[in-house]
Amino acid sequence: MVHVSATPVLALRGVSKRFGAVQALTDVELEVHAGEVVALVGDNGAGKSTLVKTIAGVHPIDEGVIEWEGKAVQVNKPNDAQNLGIATVYQDLALCDNIDVVGNLFLGREIRRRGVLDEVEMERRSRELLDTLSIRIPSVRIPIASLSGGQRQVVAIARSMLGEPKLVILDEPTAALGVEQTAQVLDLVERLRERGHAVILISHNMADVKAVADKVAVLRLGRNNGVFEVRSTSQEEIISAITGATDNAVTRRAARTNGEIKK
Amino acid sequence: MSIDKTSTPPEGQTVENPEAAAGAATAVDPRLLVREQGFAGYITEFKRKIKAGDLGSLPVVIGLVIIWIIFQSLNSNFLTAGNLSDISVAMVGTGMIAIGIVFVLLLGEIDLSVGSVSGVAGATFAVLNITNGMNEVLALVLAVLTGTAAGAIHGFVFARIGVPAFAVTLAGLLFWQGFMLQILGDNGTINLNDGIVTKLTSYYFSDVAAAYGLAVVAVAAYFLTGFLGNRRREAAGIPSRPLSDLVLRTVLLAVVSFAVAIVYNQYKGLPLAVVLFLAVLVLTDFVLRRTAYGRKVFALGGSVEASRRAGINVELVRISVFAIAGTFAAIGGLFVASKIAAANQGAGTGEFLMNVIAAAVIGGTSLFGGRGRTWNALLGVLVIVSIQYGLALEGIAAPVQYMITGGVLLATVIIDAVTRKTQKTAGRA
Ligand SMILES: Nc1ncnc2c1ncn2[C@@H]1O[C@H](COP(=O)(O)OP(=O)(O)OP(=O)(O)O)[C@@H](O)[C@H]1O
Ligand SMILES: [Mg+2]
Repeated sequence: MVHVSATPVLALRGVSKRFGAVQALTDVELEVHAGEVVALVGDNGAGKSTLVKTIAGVHPIDEGVIEWEGKAVQVNKPNDAQNLGIATVYQDLALCDNIDVVGNLFLGREIRRRGVLDEVEMERRSRELLDTLSIRIPSVRIPIASLSGGQRQVVAIARSMLGEPKLVILDEPTAALGVEQTAQVLDLVERLRERGHAVILISHNMADVKAVADKVAVLRLGRNNGVFEVRSTSQEEIISAITGATDNAVTRRAARTNGEIKK
Repeated sequence: MSIDKTSTPPEGQTVENPEAAAGAATAVDPRLLVREQGFAGYITEFKRKIKAGDLGSLPVVIGLVIIWIIFQSLNSNFLTAGNLSDISVAMVGTGMIAIGIVFVLLLGEIDLSVGSVSGVAGATFAVLNITNGMNEVLALVLAVLTGTAAGAIHGFVFARIGVPAFAVTLAGLLFWQGFMLQILGDNGTINLNDGIVTKLTSYYFSDVAAAYGLAVVAVAAYFLTGFLGNRRREAAGIPSRPLSDLVLRTVLLAVVSFAVAIVYNQYKGLPLAVVLFLAVLVLTDFVLRRTAYGRKVFALGGSVEASRRAGINVELVRISVFAIAGTFAAIGGLFVASKIAAANQGAGTGEFLMNVIAAAVIGGTSLFGGRGRTWNALLGVLVIVSIQYGLALEGIAAPVQYMITGGVLLATVIIDAVTRKTQKTAGRA
C-alpha cells in the first residue's frame, strides 16, 4: 500500500448541517489522508451529497470544524475549496449545457493570453487530458447539451483533474457509466492514489468500493455509523452498518433466494 | 478533421507536438459528422444545420430582404441612398440600447427599465449642459454614468436581494420616467445646442475615402484575425476551419461592406453614428466571446448553479450586466436626443422599450438565456427601423405600426421557442 501521512489532508470534526426542518448532517467526523481512497457509503438520503457539498463550499457548515492539512479553515464558497486544492464532481452535474466541452472544462479558470481567452491552448490541453483519460467524445467543440449522460459524467470527472488537486471528491461517478467507462474511472481513482492525491469516493456499488477503496466511512441518517478497513471487513458488515441492522432487507432477500435455490 | 494543407507543412506540426497531434487523431469519434472539403461540403453542412434548427442569422436576413422588397415596391423612394442612410443613423439609438439588452438576455433575464433610463440620460445631459451651463463633455459623462448607476441599482436589488429582474426593472421603468419628468420641469422640452451630442447623429465623414477606407480595414482585419487564428490552431495541432471557409466569409463581408460604402457615398458620406455603433459592436462582441468575463455571462445563462460551483461570483456578474445595460441605455438615450436635437417628455416612453427588446430578440438572441451575440442587435434594429421608416413613407399611422411591430415580435419569439425545441432534440440547445 502507498505510504499514508500522519496528518490527514482533510478532517471533519463534528460537522452539522441543517436545511430548514431537515437535520441533514449531525456531528459527522471524517478523515482523509494523502494517497488514500475513502469510500463514503450510505443509503439514499443519508447525507453523502450534502457532506460533499459542505466540503466543496456549496453549502457552508452550520457547526463543527473543517481541518485542512491540520489547520482549521473556513470553507464558505466554492472558491475557498478550490483554492485549498479540492476538486469535486457533483452528483447533480455542474456543467453549462450551452457551452462547449472545452469551455466547461476550463470554466472559472480559463487560460488567458494577454487578457484574452486562449482558446487554442485550452483546446489543446482539453484534447490531451481527455486523451490520457481515454475519454471518447465526438468533438471538444460541441455544446455539453449534445453529449450523452455518461459522456457528461466523464467530462465532469476530467474537469476535476485539471488543476492538480490535492483532494478529489467523486459523488457517484460511475452511476451513469457503461462497463468500460466504469473500469476507466476506477483505474483513474487508483492512479490518483498512486500520485499521492486523496480521494473521497461515493458509491452505492459495493464491488466498486471493495475494488478501489482503502477505508469505508458509513453515513446513516446524517450520522457516522462506523469507519471500516476495506481489506479486513466483509461486505455484510458494511451493509449492516448502512442499513443499521444485521437483520435487514438485503440479508433477508439473500436468505430467501438462497433458500429458493436449495429447494 | 479538415486541416488546411496549404499553409503549414504537416511535418512542422508533428515535430512540434507529437502527442497532441496523435491525440487529435484518436479523440475524433467515428460517428461525428465531419464536413467534406470544398463546396459540396458546404451544401451538406448547410442542410444539416437547417434540419437541426441551427439557422443562425439566416431567417432575419431573409426577413429583412423581404421587408425591403415590399416597401420598395410600395414606394420607390425606400431603397434610395438617402433613405437607407437615414435609417442607419436613426437605428443607432435603439441599437445601442439593444446591445445592453443582449447582455441581460444572455443571463436569461430581462430589463424593462432601459427605455426610461435612456430618457433620463437625455434629460440629465440637457439639464446639466443647457440649463446649468455645465461643460458639455462633463455633462455627457455624467449622463452616461447616471445610466450605469441606475442599472447597478437594479442589478443589486435583483442579485443581492433576490427580487425577480422583471419586477425590479418594472419598478425602475416607472421610477426613472418620473425622475426624467421631474428634472425636465414644467417646460417639458429642452433644445440642445449645436455641440458634441448633436454631432453624434448629424456628422458625416463626407470624404469618399472614409467609407471605402473603413470597408477595406474591416475586411482586412476580419481576414487577418481568422487567418492568424487558423495558423495558431494548426501549429498547436488542433483542427481549424478550412481556408476556403474563411475566404468565402471574407468575400461575403467585402461585398456587404462595399455595397454599404457605395450607398453612403452617394448621400452625405459615412455617418459618425454608424462608425460608433460598429465600434461598440466589435468591442462588445469581443468582450462576450473572447474574455473570461464574457464566458461568465454565458455560463450564467446556461446554469447558475454550475457557474456558482465553478467559483464564479454570480452576484457580481449579475450586477455588472445590469450596469452595462443601464450604461448602454444612457448612451442610446443620448443618440435619441441627438437625433431630435432635444430632450423631451416623450423620450424612452411608449413603444420604444418594445422596439429595443424586439430588436435584440429578432436578431436571434434567445429569451431563454445563454445564446446570442451583440451583432444580433444590428440585424434586429435594422428590421425594426426599416419597418418604421417604410410605414412612415407610406403615411401609415401609429396604430397600424404598433400592430405590425407587435406581429413581427411575436413571430420572432415563436421562431426562438421553436428553434430551442429543435435544437434540444438535435442536441444543440
Ligand atoms: N438543498 C437542500 N435543501 C433541503 N434539503 C436538502 C437539500 N439537499 C439535501 N437535502 C436533504 O438532506 C438529506 C440528505 O440528502 P443527500 O442528497 O445528502 O443524500 P445522499 O446521501 O447523497 O443520497 P443519494 O444516495 O440518494 O444521493 C435528505 O433528507 C435531503 O432531503
Ligand atoms: Mg447523493
